[in-house]
Amino acid sequence: MIPAAFEYHAPASLADAVKLLGQHGDEAKILSGGQSLIPLMKLRLATPRHVVDINGIAGLDYLKEEDGVLRIGALVREADLEDSEFIRARYPLLHDTSRVVADPLVRNLATVCGNLAHADPANDHPAAMLALGAEVVATGPRGERRIAITSFFTGPFATALRGDEVLTEVRVPVPLPRSGGAYLKLERKVGDFATAAVAVQVALDPAGTCVHAGVGLTNAGTVPIKARRAEGFLRGKPLDDATVRRAGELAAEEADPVDDVRGSAAYKRDLVRVLTARALRLAAGRAGAGR
Amino acid sequence: MVPRTPPEVGGMGHSVKRKEDARFIRGKGTYVDDIQLPGMLYLDIVRSPLAHARITKIDTSKALAIPGVLAVITGADLAKYNLHWMPTLMSDTQMVLPVEKVMYQAQEVAAVLATDRYIAADGVDAVEVAYEPLPVVVDPIKALAPDAPVLRTDKTDKKDNHIWHWEWGDRAATDRAFAEADVTVRQDIYLPRIHVASIETCGCVAHFDRVADKLTVWMTTQAPHAIRTVFALVAGHVGLAEHKIRIISPDIGGGFGGKVPVYPGYVIAVAASVLTGKPVKWVEDRMENLQADSFARDYHMTCELAARKDGTLTALRIKTIADHGYADAAANPSKFPAGLFHICTGSYDFQAAHVEVDGVYTNKPPGGIAYRCSFRVTEAVHAIERMTDLMAHHLGMDPAEFRLKNFIRPEQFPYRSALGWEYDSGNYAAALRKAMDRIGYAELRREQAEKRQRGELMGIGISSFTEIVGAGPSKHFDILGLKMFDSAEIRVHPTGKVIARFGTRSQGQGHETTYAQIIAEELGIPVADIQVEEGDTDTAPYGLGTYASRSTPVAGAAGAMAARKIRDKARKIAAYLLEAAEDDLVWEPGRFSVAGAPHRFKTIQDIAFAAYTNHPQGMEAGLEAVSYYDPPNLTYPFGSYICVVDIDKGTGQVKVRRFVAVDDCGNIINPMIVEGQIHGGLTMGLAPALYEEIAYDENGNIQGGSFIDYLLPTAVETPRWETDKTTTPSPHHPLGAKGVGESATVGAPAAIANAVVDALWHLGVRHVDIPITPAKVWKLLREKGVSE
Repeated sequence: MIPAAFEYHAPASLADAVKLLGQHGDEAKILSGGQSLIPLMKLRLATPRHVVDINGIAGLDYLKEEDGVLRIGALVREADLEDSEFIRARYPLLHDTSRVVADPLVRNLATVCGNLAHADPANDHPAAMLALGAEVVATGPRGERRIAITSFFTGPFATALRGDEVLTEVRVPVPLPRSGGAYLKLERKVGDFATAAVAVQVALDPAGTCVHAGVGLTNAGTVPIKARRAEGFLRGKPLDDATVRRAGELAAEEADPVDDVRGSAAYKRDLVRVLTARALRLAAGRAGAGR
Repeated sequence: MVPRTPPEVGGMGHSVKRKEDARFIRGKGTYVDDIQLPGMLYLDIVRSPLAHARITKIDTSKALAIPGVLAVITGADLAKYNLHWMPTLMSDTQMVLPVEKVMYQAQEVAAVLATDRYIAADGVDAVEVAYEPLPVVVDPIKALAPDAPVLRTDKTDKKDNHIWHWEWGDRAATDRAFAEADVTVRQDIYLPRIHVASIETCGCVAHFDRVADKLTVWMTTQAPHAIRTVFALVAGHVGLAEHKIRIISPDIGGGFGGKVPVYPGYVIAVAASVLTGKPVKWVEDRMENLQADSFARDYHMTCELAARKDGTLTALRIKTIADHGYADAAANPSKFPAGLFHICTGSYDFQAAHVEVDGVYTNKPPGGIAYRCSFRVTEAVHAIERMTDLMAHHLGMDPAEFRLKNFIRPEQFPYRSALGWEYDSGNYAAALRKAMDRIGYAELRREQAEKRQRGELMGIGISSFTEIVGAGPSKHFDILGLKMFDSAEIRVHPTGKVIARFGTRSQGQGHETTYAQIIAEELGIPVADIQVEEGDTDTAPYGLGTYASRSTPVAGAAGAMAARKIRDKARKIAAYLLEAAEDDLVWEPGRFSVAGAPHRFKTIQDIAFAAYTNHPQGMEAGLEAVSYYDPPNLTYPFGSYICVVDIDKGTGQVKVRRFVAVDDCGNIINPMIVEGQIHGGLTMGLAPALYEEIAYDENGNIQGGSFIDYLLPTAVETPRWETDKTTTPSPHHPLGAKGVGESATVGAPAAIANAVVDALWHLGVRHVDIPITPAKVWKLLREKGVSE
């Protein structure tokens, strides 16, 4: 439980951080919350020669709505979302998600952007961001570029970030009128990774017909999954019991889980079915309440 | 029970706040890892990635090249001193470090000695070991197959993986009762391998002082005196003698049976200190603790019950395969290879019973220890309480009514069980009725029937367990020949203040408080004036240690007996001081007065002062006593637990909605501490029922080797415990007390398992092995066509 030796860097600016990444390439890792990186290093599953700590860089901890998007800076902690009345009221899916990431001690340090950049298919925010249609901002030597969340996760623990880029922001579109979201996670005990979890975001028209649906699946495959068929099925329909059940079945078909200590693939697939329907009922209720 | 002493004295029955908590809640406890000595070296251990393999090469050159790495110790090094193998408490042998092959994943392979723990960890990483894989035997039933690879090739006469066969009871009478029975039920029940997962892991600081020629070991041990004797017996040939060995068990962060055995790390650290003359610290990390230290349970039981059709139980038969890993390193009394498993007739009046247990070797860590369960009592309780429910349901009887019909009746005590135990006392029906009233049993059954109509799944589970604790009478109970008495030494100083030392060792149980309360009860000296010390073999009287709920039944009794010896002497001194005859003195807690003249009295403090300043001619000065207490019998605490579960049809999740625990541990010393023990024990019973298991894949890879997958429940998973009590004093214990530390761990799992089966019985489910995970329940539900 003692990491291998490494060089510790604490750049004072984003430019310096990017430069360090450029110098050390694959041998460097960004440290933000450290709640995934440090355990991996203590187990010597990760042995970076250089750790670039971005916690000393000013101006990365913003959480604000601006120009039609919610901007979440690289140093926004899970606890910041969890403790925010604004997030609870306006982004219930994000609030639900932040509350079930690991445990309170972890959430005090773990960052939302880190949860995405680590790209563990068991992490909770990737599914939420897929359901919300977010995009991430990568900062590199040539400045910023935006990456749609749908093209961000390229494999297990792999992303579209280049070796010399820092994930500096995630941008979530502000919700449409009559929107609601929910994240339902089944975990073996509190603090565990999901056996399976489902993120949904819906928007209704005044008559209660679904005009937008996003469905993301956690730990249901080797990468976070966007359940596009379920999303397509929901659009244009009232979210009645038959519809949400059918959407659950479609999401289950889109899941691609494997057998492991958390359960069989069949179990996880069925959990996706059950949790999708339940999350849709909850989200629809929340959307309706704001009508 | 109304306390006999006022609150400021704090004898039995007072919820005195724990004296030890003043340091614990300030973070001022001293645990092994807090010990720092000048020049101390650090030991870290290279462990096997394979479950069964021949070691073909250990290359230490890269590790030795790291500055600060002083040595890499291998089995070959220890073999020079014949220390590469060591005996277990069950007369088996286990490796300290291997010379030829490894027998389980995470087994110790070599040890790195370095100037700090960080360098030691780098050294471990740099040791290169080459292995030649051997066939792995994981399943103990397959291990008994004729073609199974023989694991203990070190034992030249060993031709199979069978360790021992043990049986108890009247086989013929039992077979006859089964043949004559109206109804029989049979069920395979597996109680899985689990781990104590104490918050403090194991470790030691070994310091061999070459000038004093003395070895001091600060060590996470529940039994320091026995450990010292074992060290003297196994290391005598390298010059360690018992008077030159000092074992100090400092503050211990939870033991639960896991800190009874001697682990290889201790022995290597001692060897390293003796060879270097420097203090050596070894503290394992969490994963080493879970993966390599002794496990508990792992019993494959085939259980049968026989009954008459009116619901009267007649006979019980259990056959068990006990998976011991690669060595029988259990920590049982030596005459009992399956511990006290033959308490498995439980709270019921059987005509006949017979049990058989076969110990088996597999490629897993050695054990198994008694995890907060006296000795194999959890296994026994789970078997009988599951089977009782099965029979009740099979006969269409209510499980509560069925139990009430079959309980041993109060007037039958002392009761000789079909398997030979003499139960000291009990009133099982009273405890069950109280639990039923408390939880509203009849109303819950009505609610369950209504919910079943609506397709909702709700279950009610009962466990009416009997414990057997406080080992034990020396006629039957010894560990490697050491009789299982325990001891107390009380010294009352001139100003009436007391230092009392015991042969046990608290690991969180609160002995510094409860033992002081026992002395306060007997002598009337305030708890605040009594300092209790344990765990240092240079100062404490010899005792067998703390496990199996034996501290209060045995050492606590010794404390009472020693205090009574002091009181006897105090009476003589008081008679001298009051110029009265001894027989004319009246004792009330804290003072002797003259009968009929209550204003003529001497307090215990007056008497203590006189014992050093003004004692009678011809009497020895001082006010001290020692007692070595050999209990005439074990104590038999009991209780009835009832729980209510709701099951989520969609996910298979089981939620414990309510849990009522009625315990009876006889007379209570500190009600607050007892309640705390029960809360902790219930949580440790919930854990294996729903969460914890150490499983292995077919290659012997551990599946629950860290807290990611070994699912220790937290406050979130834990229901609100509702506790209550009945009081049936032990007739033979000097204070009428019984052990209580393990009752809840022993009794709770069956209540939860019974509730789950009760919820699913109408669907055709007859049994679920623990841990009852959502995945298991989901599979059963879908097999029975139930879904959301």
